[in-house]
Amino acid sequence: MSAPAPTAPSAVRSAVPKGHGDLVLRFRDVAKAFPDGTVALEGVDLDVRRGDFVTVVGPSGCGKSTLLRIASGLSPATSGTSQVDAKRIGYVFQDATLLPWRSVKKNVELLAELHGLSKTATHQAALDAIELVGLRGHEKKLPRALSGGMKMRASLARSLTLDPDLFLFDEPFGALDEITRERLNDELIRLFASKGFGALFITHSVSEAVYMSTKVLVMSGRPGHIVDTFEVPFGPDRTPELRFTPEFAELAGKVSHALREGHS
Amino acid sequence: MTTTAHSPEETLVTATVDTPPTAPTADPVLTGAGTAPLVKRSGRGRKRVTDSLLPIAVFAALIGVWYAITYLVLDPGRRFLMPAPHTIITDALFDGPTMDKVLPALGRSIVVTFTGLAIAIVIGMVWAIAMSQSRPVERSLFPYAVALQCIPILALVPLIGFWFGYDFPSRVIVCVMISLFPIVSNTLFGIQSVDRGMHELFTLHNASRTTRLLKLELPAAMPAIFAGFRISAGLSVVGAIVGDLFFKQGDPGLGILLDNFRARLQGQELFLTIIVTAALGFAVFGLFGWLAKVAVGRWYDQSRDAG
Repeated sequence: MSAPAPTAPSAVRSAVPKGHGDLVLRFRDVAKAFPDGTVALEGVDLDVRRGDFVTVVGPSGCGKSTLLRIASGLSPATSGTSQVDAKRIGYVFQDATLLPWRSVKKNVELLAELHGLSKTATHQAALDAIELVGLRGHEKKLPRALSGGMKMRASLARSLTLDPDLFLFDEPFGALDEITRERLNDELIRLFASKGFGALFITHSVSEAVYMSTKVLVMSGRPGHIVDTFEVPFGPDRTPELRFTPEFAELAGKVSHALREGHS
Repeated sequence: MTTTAHSPEETLVTATVDTPPTAPTADPVLTGAGTAPLVKRSGRGRKRVTDSLLPIAVFAALIGVWYAITYLVLDPGRRFLMPAPHTIITDALFDGPTMDKVLPALGRSIVVTFTGLAIAIVIGMVWAIAMSQSRPVERSLFPYAVALQCIPILALVPLIGFWFGYDFPSRVIVCVMISLFPIVSNTLFGIQSVDRGMHELFTLHNASRTTRLLKLELPAAMPAIFAGFRISAGLSVVGAIVGDLFFKQGDPGLGILLDNFRARLQGQELFLTIIVTAALGFAVFGLFGWLAKVAVGRWYDQSRDAG
């Protein structure tokens, strides 16, 4: 267990409206050690700009989620700098975390409510977001009446109401069946293309990582660090057929290889 | 033999197909689609009829035993100990002077029960919410909630009379003390059981403590809080009767009536009052079950509470 560099951790936030290509998240030499001595992350450098879809792929327990918790401010870094230049952050958890007593619309309105938006603005933002994720007609349903995929859509819509510059995704589709998952992948790509936010996406699926991203980071565990980086050459118009092209297979193969190398 | 052994499984499969598409992976606290409702659903028809007939059969058997005791065991001079069921109806329920005592007493006991319960709900919830918002407050005050539960209420009754007199206020105080703990503990438990992910969601968006309490903790705790109300409602009836037995000044409630009928060996009247008291207990318990259903039944499956 090597001690993290003794630089004081700093978390900087500024509130500047962002355009395409502007930096929204920067990690420099970020490390995280827990009080019990476990080092979860070490020496992580990372940049996310608007228009970047950065995916971190790695085995379970390698500290991927810790990365997001630091980026969101839920948990501070032990050392290094994490700088967020986003007015608002969207955070989509692995669980949809919908409040079971609120209808879909009321759930989608929650964050706008917490941020003190006016009633009409909240209402409009919720309607727009519900439309965007394809939940029109389900506004009055309670979460218990939704399928796993629909819950995830509602959760996504909830974050969309804030129109975030930076989106953090913590294995959001990990619990869904493959068909639902691939469909949601496509819809998220579409949303990303139209909104142009910066995204940091955590997954343990290589195929999902390559399919979604502009950049794939391969992480390895204990302590978690980035072992390899792949630029993804495919443009923004991706269709499910992409998964069956030789280029896709080749890149996925390389990522898988790096994952195995890093893991051994 | 083998085919009959397989049939329950087959019905179970059809029942699974019938169920609405609730996600099996969702938080088990929030969705109620467990195995119990499935089994219930598969057994519709004949099974449901026997299910409701069985308690009725037991009731009939008990009445039979009762008559046997009245007419076969007790000699006529001692039948006031267990008067025949129909004489309770003819000699007490349809007896004007008796009902003129029982009904006003029932009214007074209802007032005592609900006054005590209302005060217990207010004190209990404020107490629990204060404890949920601060660990030092919880550390300081929870032992006293437990103490309240541990001290036999009868030990305090003489003191209550000593301080507050032997009338209505003391009866209400007994109700409050006896029904406070379930409200405190259930409210606290409900608030402390809120899903961590939901708390993080509120943390991420800088929710204030009040917002968190009003939009997350209290709504999420409602099923537990209502379960507490229901237990306390039953206890509050007990408190009203017990309070009556000790604090006999002023107009009599059901407890005083019970004691008077006992002292005067009025078997029919005593049994009727017992039945009325029991009905009050059932009604109050049922009322709070219904209130819980109205308040949280839409999103919370209460069959989980039952078993």
